[in-house]
Amino acid sequence: MHRRGVGAGAIARRKLTEAKYKERGTVLAEDQLAQMSRQLETFRTHLQAFASRHKQEIRRSPEFRLHFQHMCAAIGVDPLASGKGFWAELLGVGDFYYELGVQIIEVCLALRHRNGGLITLEELQQQVLKGRGKFAQDVSADDLLRAIRKLKVLGSGFGIIPVGGTVLVQSVPAELSMDHTVLLQLAEKKGFVTVSEIRDSLNWETERAKQALEHLLKEGMAWLDAQAPAEPQFWLPALFSELHAQDGAAGP
Amino acid sequence: MDRFSWTTGLLELGETLVVQQRGVRLSDGEEKVKFDSGVLLLSTHRLIWRDQKNHECCIAVPLSQIVFIEEQAAGIGKSAKIVVHLHPASSNKEPGPFQSSKYSYIKLSFKEHGQIEFYRRLSEEITQRRWESMPTGQAMQVNKDSQAGRIRAVGIVGIERKLEEKRKETDKNISEAFEDLSKLMEKAKEMVELSKSIANKIKEKQGDITEDETIRFKSYLLSMGIANPVTRETYGSGTEYHMQLAKQLAGILQTPLEEQGGIMSLTEVYCLVNRARGLELLSPEDLVNACKMLEPLKLPLRLRIFDSGVMVIELQSHNEEEMVAAALETVSEKGSLTADEFAKLVGMSVLLAKERLLLAEKMGHLCRDDSVEGLRFYPNLFLTQS
Repeated sequence: MHRRGVGAGAIARRKLTEAKYKERGTVLAEDQLAQMSRQLETFRTHLQAFASRHKQEIRRSPEFRLHFQHMCAAIGVDPLASGKGFWAELLGVGDFYYELGVQIIEVCLALRHRNGGLITLEELQQQVLKGRGKFAQDVSADDLLRAIRKLKVLGSGFGIIPVGGTVLVQSVPAELSMDHTVLLQLAEKKGFVTVSEIRDSLNWETERAKQALEHLLKEGMAWLDAQAPAEPQFWLPALFSELHAQDGAAGP
Repeated sequence: MDRFSWTTGLLELGETLVVQQRGVRLSDGEEKVKFDSGVLLLSTHRLIWRDQKNHECCIAVPLSQIVFIEEQAAGIGKSAKIVVHLHPASSNKEPGPFQSSKYSYIKLSFKEHGQIEFYRRLSEEITQRRWESMPTGQAMQVNKDSQAGRIRAVGIVGIERKLEEKRKETDKNISEAFEDLSKLMEKAKEMVELSKSIANKIKEKQGDITEDETIRFKSYLLSMGIANPVTRETYGSGTEYHMQLAKQLAGILQTPLEEQGGIMSLTEVYCLVNRARGLELLSPEDLVNACKMLEPLKLPLRLRIFDSGVMVIELQSHNEEEMVAAALETVSEKGSLTADEFAKLVGMSVLLAKERLLLAEKMGHLCRDDSVEGLRFYPNLFLTQS
């Protein structure tokens, strides 16, 4: 005969029920993890099927890669997080970007003594493509930017600085404040900047302009032309290649 | 009709198509010829006719050969026509279907209409004479032997068609690829949802989840590239994979580290390891997560992060502070050094040379002179000579 109510028996029974609920809780997570494991396997199969048909497309087409990246971002997936991930393993996306990372590091290292660790995205792209050789796949600006964003985590100062018409890639751990970035943007048009220009366009006092310029000089990102006619000019070697390109366009 | 030459029908560089019309019959003067039913194409440079049944049969005449044109209205049982009066064929004309003709004009019969528009366009082209200002690429060198020329033309038309088919196929492939990608992403999205739901369960249970389950969950997230929703830490350092990787790195990096003075930046390590692997490369995050495991796993290397944020791998036996003493000696010998100069002297990367000098400064052994000429380090005489 069952009798609910107080008593040692009831307490013991309650404790047992509670314990069972707790256990059930654990079992619930178990179930879900098992479910996830199964679904992962299924997903892997789908990805494999996709890869066998379209893997070439990823390596061959910058447009398709871009689209792929956008879709991943939209659902909250980072296909480049790990070389061990399904995406890298089965689609080969990883190798494409990680190798690009190596090439970017090497180009930046090689040119650092000249430009202080700042380079335009265009020049970087040119140099990387040169290094890859005639038969390598095409590499778009978006590809480079994604590879660079991944390199940030290595701590050696990789960063991206938008400057008007283009983007500068930083590859040294130098601290660049807002002031410095603004100067870079100002210099982008002509490749150089003067103290008067800074005072006129940005409304800074001379002292502030000089400090910011000096920092860029010290980091090797700016060169001083003290012989310039009107007043000293501060040139950015990173922008030299861009100037040449402009000259070319303006031809005879 | 003897002004016509065999052609591939491919447009030359600099030549543009203006208009085309099906169902056109050619006549040699008043006489019917076998070119009964074809597509007539007008380009900036030529008049081209291609047989509708036999695409390899294709002939053309340069617009420069045209003296003037006339319209002939349609009648009962008769199509509208354009009469094209031509200069005599030039002596170096490419071989064509007719060696000679007693007429100096041809007729274009528009059996499926289109005569009015074609006439208008042809007049325009003759007036504008665009072929004079748009030099085309090298005209095809066809053999004197018209038969051989015809066979060659056939081959190239075939190739052109194959290219067109390939283009269509590539387009089809790409749109298939996009479609398949969408479907794949739907499934990936389900995985993301599931992982969120599990993460919520874990949050609710507040620590009732076992270590084992955590590790499993992290590795699932790693496979999919999903950020850990519970801790927001990047991609599970502490997965089995990263632990194994850490052990591998310890093996791979021992010798290079010894050769490089016991210390290497993480970017150097990244390049070294991936160049060696060739395939199945490590992501930057993989490398960092593995390096974070070096010390916990008591391996002979360790990860160190300088104040500047620069990350390096050191041999456990390496003592950067001792190296600083050596650096001080070097700087004293030379009086003063910049990071570049020091790097060259000692055979280090500029990045690490600078870090060492900065550390020496932090420890009080060196002073800096920060000028526009660069950052120069001097022995700290305040300390030594006080």
